[in-house]
Amino acid sequence: MEDDGGGRRGGASARARLAAGVLGLLLAWAAPGVLRAEEVRVAAAANFAAAAQEIGALFAAATGHTARFSFGSSGQLYAQIVQGAPFDVFLAADRRYPQRLVSAGHAVAGSGFTYAAGRLVLFSAGAVRVDGRATLARGDFTRLAIANPQLAPYGGAAGEVLGALGLAERLRPKLVYGNNVAQTYQFVSTGAAELGFVALAQVIGHERGSRWIVPPELHSAIAQDAVLLQRGAGNPAARAFLEFLRGPVAAGVKARYGYR
Amino acid sequence: MSAALWPPVLLTLQLAAVTTVILLMIGTPIAWWLARTPRAWKEAVAAVVALPLVLPPTVLGFYLLIALGPGGPGGWLAGLFGGRSLAFTFTGLVIGSTCYSLPFVVQPIRNAFEAFGERPLDVAATLRATPWDAFWSVAVPLARPGLVSGAVLGFAHTVGEFGVVLMIGGNIPGRTRVLSVAVYEYVETLQWREAHLLAGGMLLFAFVVILAVRLIERRSVRWRP
Repeated sequence: MEDDGGGRRGGASARARLAAGVLGLLLAWAAPGVLRAEEVRVAAAANFAAAAQEIGALFAAATGHTARFSFGSSGQLYAQIVQGAPFDVFLAADRRYPQRLVSAGHAVAGSGFTYAAGRLVLFSAGAVRVDGRATLARGDFTRLAIANPQLAPYGGAAGEVLGALGLAERLRPKLVYGNNVAQTYQFVSTGAAELGFVALAQVIGHERGSRWIVPPELHSAIAQDAVLLQRGAGNPAARAFLEFLRGPVAAGVKARYGYR
Repeated sequence: MSAALWPPVLLTLQLAAVTTVILLMIGTPIAWWLARTPRAWKEAVAAVVALPLVLPPTVLGFYLLIALGPGGPGGWLAGLFGGRSLAFTFTGLVIGSTCYSLPFVVQPIRNAFEAFGERPLDVAATLRATPWDAFWSVAVPLARPGLVSGAVLGFAHTVGEFGVVLMIGGNIPGRTRVLSVAVYEYVETLQWREAHLLAGGMLLFAFVVILAVRLIERRSVRWRP
């Protein structure tokens, strides 16, 4: 979908606006005593969207830099980064994609760290009552949504949970696959699927529906790694953002969204 | 071509074939009415039919997801057959594709019906043909190039559909995992060889379709008295 940015071409008023804009830019540039604010472009996994926005706002308030986010599935963002997408920092939903970027030379070696450990939750918006693993065993539903295990770590973890409970074969005909955990949540929250495995971060803010927070021993940890991309290596805002992401303020936000 | 590539291809052809038949059954009467009726508000109906040309597939997909779900008419319909929702079903994909491809079928057929004017039908009427007779033995043969173009475009557009299917399909292998979604997944999981095979096939298919429509249109122009 293309943004039709130059759609309107007014004559004099557009020129006046342009002049004002240029003047504004010059003033901002020339204004003394203001720290040169930079922008960091962050590619982030969809499950972290809400927390990232909040951290971004706090980051801007604390440093004067701005963080601009693009959300998607880690696989999709990975492919875009490999193809030269203009991102400075990558917040993935797993460890594999950042490691691959480092070994392919797209990310700065040694810059990676685990910024969040995701929690998986079985959630229903109201179609069924989720009361623990018994809900899955009963199987009195027609559709169980999970993120595509090929693309999304939350989907892989959901698959592991079904396997650990010995329900993988029985529930397979009922599975529908979201492209990422955000789309999976959309399937469940519209009621199109009665229940689904989503990120705790997606449902922690509201009381609607019923949920079962999956015990972490039922699946391998959803460690989410951040990495500094080659494009952001020279951008002070990018390094500042990663520093902020490790810090206590961001930790508070992460805890509130159910990350460990 | 590896075995895993076939199910999405077959499913896509199946979806496009069923959708095309339904599109012709729904689209032809709509096109006929639009071409014939003197009512002023027919353009409003034509605009509604053409909406999917302008709306992003995400908008259509979002509305369809709700409409097909348990709270919408799709859920009610599914309830009659013991189901709960038409989202994530083949039927749901057919409904979505029909909405999405309707303008591509109605427009060429309407043009064809309008092109031959009132006269052939007047003549048929003076020969005591009933309107039903006149439609089948005069209008349809005269509009055949339009009907064929509409069918080919409807079929092709359904094959090429992506956004709507992604939003209402749930990517179930063998049931709703169509070709375009499969390509998307292959690209995302870095299986570029498979992606290339399917994408190359689509490219060839699209070229053949567009060429076919052009040839049909040219022939119909030449035949016009």
